[in-house]
Amino acid sequence: MAYDYEKSIRPGKLPHIWCPGCGHGIVMKGLIRAMDTCGLEKNNTAIVSGIGCASRMPGYLDFNTLHTAHGRAAAFATGVKMAKPEMTVICCGGDGDGAAIGGNHFIHACRRNIDMTYVLLNNYIYGMTGGQFSSSTPPGHLASTTPYGNPDPAFDLAKLAIGAGATFVARTTAFHATQIDKLIVEGIKHKGMAVIEILDDCPTTYGRRNKFRSVVDMMKRLKDIAVPVTAAAKMTPEQLEGKTLTGVLHKEDRPEYCENYAKIIARVQGA
Amino acid sequence: MAKKIALLQGNEACAHGALYAGCNFFGGYPITPSTEVAEVMSGELPKVGGKFIQMEDEIGAMASIIGASLAGSKALTATSGPGVSLKQELIGYACIAEVPCVIINVMRGGPSTGMPTGPGQSDVMQARWGTHGDHAAIALCPSSCQEIFSETVRAFNLAEKYRMPVQVLFDEIVGHMRERIVFPEPGELEVIDRTAPSVPPEQYKPFDTSFGDVPPLAAFGSDYRFHVTGLNKAEDGFPTTKAELVDAEERRQIRKVEGAEARADIELNEEYMTEDAEVVIFAYGSTARSARYAVNELREQGIKAGLFRPITLWPFPEKRVAELGEQVKAMVVAEMNLGQMVFEVERIVKNTCKLGLVTRVDGDPLTPTQIIDQVKEVL
Amino acid sequence: MAERYELRFSGAGGQGLITAGIILAEAASIIEGRHAVQSQSYGPEARGGASKSEVIIGEAPIDYPKATIVDACLAMTQEAADKYAVGIKKGGVLLVDSDFVKNPPQGDYKIYSLPIMRTAKVDVGREIVANVIALGAMIALTDVVKRESGEQAVLAKVPEAFKDLNKKAYSLGFDKMKEVLAG
Ligand SMILES: Cc1ncc(C[n+]2csc(CCOP(=O)(O)OP(=O)(O)O)c2C)c(N)n1
Ligand code: SF4
Ligand SMILES: [Mg+2]
Repeated sequence: MAYDYEKSIRPGKLPHIWCPGCGHGIVMKGLIRAMDTCGLEKNNTAIVSGIGCASRMPGYLDFNTLHTAHGRAAAFATGVKMAKPEMTVICCGGDGDGAAIGGNHFIHACRRNIDMTYVLLNNYIYGMTGGQFSSSTPPGHLASTTPYGNPDPAFDLAKLAIGAGATFVARTTAFHATQIDKLIVEGIKHKGMAVIEILDDCPTTYGRRNKFRSVVDMMKRLKDIAVPVTAAAKMTPEQLEGKTLTGVLHKEDRPEYCENYAKIIARVQGA
Repeated sequence: MAKKIALLQGNEACAHGALYAGCNFFGGYPITPSTEVAEVMSGELPKVGGKFIQMEDEIGAMASIIGASLAGSKALTATSGPGVSLKQELIGYACIAEVPCVIINVMRGGPSTGMPTGPGQSDVMQARWGTHGDHAAIALCPSSCQEIFSETVRAFNLAEKYRMPVQVLFDEIVGHMRERIVFPEPGELEVIDRTAPSVPPEQYKPFDTSFGDVPPLAAFGSDYRFHVTGLNKAEDGFPTTKAELVDAEERRQIRKVEGAEARADIELNEEYMTEDAEVVIFAYGSTARSARYAVNELREQGIKAGLFRPITLWPFPEKRVAELGEQVKAMVVAEMNLGQMVFEVERIVKNTCKLGLVTRVDGDPLTPTQIIDQVKEVL
Repeated sequence: MAERYELRFSGAGGQGLITAGIILAEAASIIEGRHAVQSQSYGPEARGGASKSEVIIGEAPIDYPKATIVDACLAMTQEAADKYAVGIKKGGVLLVDSDFVKNPPQGDYKIYSLPIMRTAKVDVGREIVANVIALGAMIALTDVVKRESGEQAVLAKVPEAFKDLNKKAYSLGFDKMKEVLAG
């Protein structure tokens, strides 16, 4: 029997705004299945996003949802989580939102190791504003503001998260639909900051300008570049050229921010 | 039992006022001359089970208090002019999403780093017009340590009652000076909490105007579940571009503060010797202290001077200023900037009386002598 | 105009003069129930170099919170004296540390001197209490609050273990000043 997404979708809020072939819908379905697998209670879950195509996701989901300002999801979410640590807090948003304008909040949320799950939809572009390059657009690629090819180097977002101190970091692609929920489930269950980067596609503003003739072409690319970390261990540097590692890239145990603060409260009140 | 009395800095009094009002969340970023507010909150909040977080910047601080407020907290941030500038985008967000929160601005000179340890009153227009878009604003401006305490309580009350961000502005002089504070007993000052929804969860709409211009607000993590966005929204909180809905919402959000009834509730002024005054000094914050000194001195010299001190700066006390304009020969605005509120006064008094302005921006407070000289010149 | 009495404590940053000002303001406003406002120098000034703390005391609420014309000034160092022993009222008083202020600025006011730091070091054995000695001396010099109010305010401010030390310092400052005044 087909999986029932309806129960997690707000009645009357579909159709969504995404273009045909946009990867964001695939990620939303993965997120819905993951939250379901974890048995999250709707009233006790907050989904927080910034601004962008990806950030429209919470509006469709029947939970406490907070569609904030461009780049600020992690900071709003930090306030929600601190105020009500018993809630499950999930952030979702685009590469531009999370890592460019919101990069500072993102790295500091990672550093604090606050217990939230950040689903970062990296479509390599500012989709919503019409395809300007983002901090994850590959060098040389075309965007509406890089008509001669992107002169900027790109962030490796998963590495950024690991470097900043996130205690669970994983990556997959919109092509690997079933791995999306698997990794988000692990992220939600992880105590601390979990970042799941999902390589995604924007046929409308990125694919069109670069040499992808169809959505199928873009999906094929995502399939081709993905190499599971386990497989990568047996590959040569030449073989890994142009590839991106997927799966769980980093996992460690470190004290969680709200728990630490709760200890301070207990100590101060006990004294 | 005798009341608790202490000699406190304005900034410390602010933090204690917030705690009295039931503030249980502070998100901040250090900046002189406001930092003592954060320092006191970091020590006091955990004692009452509240939360303190120092964010990575002022934008993050503002975001964190909006998030915490939506999760049911009474939330505060404190900063100075440059920090308020960083917060402005999200102050706009809190306006449209109608999220109660309090922002303290301990004003310095400026623009930019300006004179971090010197006083200024140059953010009064920023408090009104600093963020983007059409919106109403509430800003309070106490002038003593005791009043900082009580106005911080009132700021929380207004934020909760009108579901919006409220700013409290005072300058470095009052923020850093120490005066005796008599702590009000619990219950002595009114403490208002936001109106919670009375309808069952399935009927709850976060912007339901059938309850008046200020819709009840639920909290994340309760039995109510809702959506919040910075986009123009319909009653149910979801984005809309329907012209009539957008228009009605925009107008309601201004009316909820600037309507006659709300104005009467929010506006607060102090008048000193204005009954028979022929000249009224319009001054606020610490400058009003110099102005009061000046009034006494002028009276001794036989000049019928009075003081009008708006404690609520925004909404502007239009009615009373207009009345005074009719009554007096001249009004003198005294402010520690190069002329900001004077434009509001001018807009209201029109040509009913002469208008003078005395300003100072060199890091020292306006002195009574400067004000007296200006009064004499205008007369 | 309301009666107001203006005091300025100045010295090197870290000498505890801000605390001395706060204690005086507490003595006047909390213990004696009168009105007082204390303010101080902030920023780079407060970190080394000369710093000042001002206290205004009155029977009615204090409107203008900064010094207008100083009734009594204390200067613990030459730098502080040069910078802050200004605007003293005709007939006012200036107290300086006799070892550190060799050239007190002259004016239409009376100048007194006491070896404040030396008293702290030699008679109490702790330089840290110099500010409390200075406070005792200033109260003796000005009678702006009662002797007991000042002492009570000092003792309310310090931890139990340091009460005796500070009590001694306060009394020394007060008595030595009274001796000077008695000539
Ligand atoms: C303060 C601010 N600056 C700029 C914008 C305009 N803007 C909206 S969405 C967006 C980019 C979104 O890109 P991304 O986060 O990658 O999401 P995508 O649309 O690609 O899913 C920008 C620049 C804004 N809304 N707010
Ligand atoms: S513009 Fe790109 S990212 Fe936005 S909805 Fe369309 S395909 Fe998706
Ligand atoms: Mg993008």
